[in-house]
Amino acid sequence: MKVTEKDVAYVADLGNLELTAEERIRMVRDLNSILGHIDSLNELDTTNVQPMAQISDRHGVDQSKQGSERFAYASREDIREGLRKSLPHDVALENAPDSDGTFFKVPRVIER
Amino acid sequence: MATTSGISVSARPKYESVIGLEVHVQLLTATKIFCSCSTHFGDPPNTNVCPVCLGLPGALPVLNRKAVEFAVLAAMSLNCRINETSIFARKNYFYPDLPKGYQVSQYDKPLSEHGFIEIKTAGGAKKIGITRLHLEEDAGKSLHEGFADSSETTGIDLNRSGMPLIEIVSEPDIASPEEAYEYLTRLKEIILYTGVSDCNMEEGSLRCDANISVRPRGQKELGTKTEVKNVNSFRFIREALEYEIERHIGIIDSGGKITQETRLYNSSEGKTYGMRSKEQAHDYRYFPEPDLLPLVVDAKWQKEIRDALPELPEARRKRIVAAYGITEQDAQVLTLTKALADQFEAAAKAARSPKRVANLVQSELMGRLKAKGLDIEQSPISMNGVAASADLVESGAISGKMLKDLYDLAFERGKDFAVIYEEEGRPEQSRDTSALEKIIDEIIAANPKQVDQYRAGKRTVVGFFVGQVMKASKGQANPQLVNELLARKLG
Repeated sequence: MKVTEKDVAYVADLGNLELTAEERIRMVRDLNSILGHIDSLNELDTTNVQPMAQISDRHGVDQSKQGSERFAYASREDIREGLRKSLPHDVALENAPDSDGTFFKVPRVIER
Repeated sequence: MATTSGISVSARPKYESVIGLEVHVQLLTATKIFCSCSTHFGDPPNTNVCPVCLGLPGALPVLNRKAVEFAVLAAMSLNCRINETSIFARKNYFYPDLPKGYQVSQYDKPLSEHGFIEIKTAGGAKKIGITRLHLEEDAGKSLHEGFADSSETTGIDLNRSGMPLIEIVSEPDIASPEEAYEYLTRLKEIILYTGVSDCNMEEGSLRCDANISVRPRGQKELGTKTEVKNVNSFRFIREALEYEIERHIGIIDSGGKITQETRLYNSSEGKTYGMRSKEQAHDYRYFPEPDLLPLVVDAKWQKEIRDALPELPEARRKRIVAAYGITEQDAQVLTLTKALADQFEAAAKAARSPKRVANLVQSELMGRLKAKGLDIEQSPISMNGVAASADLVESGAISGKMLKDLYDLAFERGKDFAVIYEEEGRPEQSRDTSALEKIIDEIIAANPKQVDQYRAGKRTVVGFFVGQVMKASKGQANPQLVNELLARKLG
């Protein structure tokens, strides 16, 4: 097993997640199973293949265009009119677990 | 841990400090970096928010082209090399004012690298390297105090979430708090010239974190560093660094060890404090942002941006000194801001004597502005007004004393020089030579020794006579006329 219970506890802590003993065991199992799957991908020889983090980088862009222009569709002008408006204040706060009508409220944050 | 300054003062020469600075600058775009919410400062909390900057599931970012242009412009002004392709990355950490649970930033492929700023030090000019300048989004704002229930809850305002920032990371080339101060001053000046940010520290558009370590002089490897965060003025950063150096030396010199940690500066006490943090290695688990394409700024786009790069302060000072025959010090004052430099140049070009315009700005305008607590932009006397007044003195129409009086009136009434000059009925200094001739005759009679010197060929002594005449006329005499008359009477 690659992922230990200690790893799971560490990552959970980074994300401020509280896991029960049961959940921790399940996470260890799931994460190892995912990594096992990745291992089977590792059987392929990728020596001459560039790492790719972004599929639209190579596909879905107009290949006839060069440089920045190829990606121009993925950016926008810095204008306020004609673009999507901000949410109304009450709508923005609507789904908050806690709010005072102005701010989102969270349990007091201790510097960490 | 308290330090006894007695120990550190005597120990100080044995140690040297190494400082690196991280500066965050907010870009002056109209909308946020990945959504079209307004960046306007001071709007009611949580009103400039949308699914993207609230981190609602499924919302997708779209990059603001202006933010890229501003970042590239800033990078160019700091002599950075632009990477044609850079990658956005997710920096993962948990904090309530970061609703997505990650900050979109750049990591192993930043927008630009390898820049520098030249600063002035006691030992001459010094280059401070800039490791990188990259684009990122800001987080929201946590309000820990000020609510009735502040002992239990923290308020979150997400208006700031998604504001476009550049982070500018210096090399650890900075050797003292003074150099840090100088670096920040130059950096701010340059950024202001480019116009990509207002660098307003009160509003948080410029923020600085400092890394500092101390090592025995001559040692190669760096000491353990501490980070001082969220200091809201350059002066406080200098103070905080001075305090940290003393503290480090105190600990090391008494055989102790520095703890690597983040510390906050309390400006009223002049001390730094360790944050009560759960000590945890920062582990941001960066990975490429799958929702954004690689950022490509090709040669063509780079050229377009470079064409918009204004002349920068240092270059402008050099040119102004050469073009208008003014001193370095004059140039320094006149290039404090781009607006001032622009106004000065426009006025100086229009005036007969650019040097006189420069002198008037410094000797007559700056002091009056300071006394009234005004910025140059709020001056009742415009640069054109200064130029007009300089011409009047130059032609001998008004005296220096009259100019001072007119300036006083302009500041009293809050009107420009031209208006006051009209209101006062276009005053002119007397060209009636009889009164002046009488004064000169008396002075010549009273100073036979100087007269002999002059006649013996020591022409510089004429300055003495001019001074005496000006004094006797209480500054009212027309200097040009005085010179003419003296030359005639002495010769």
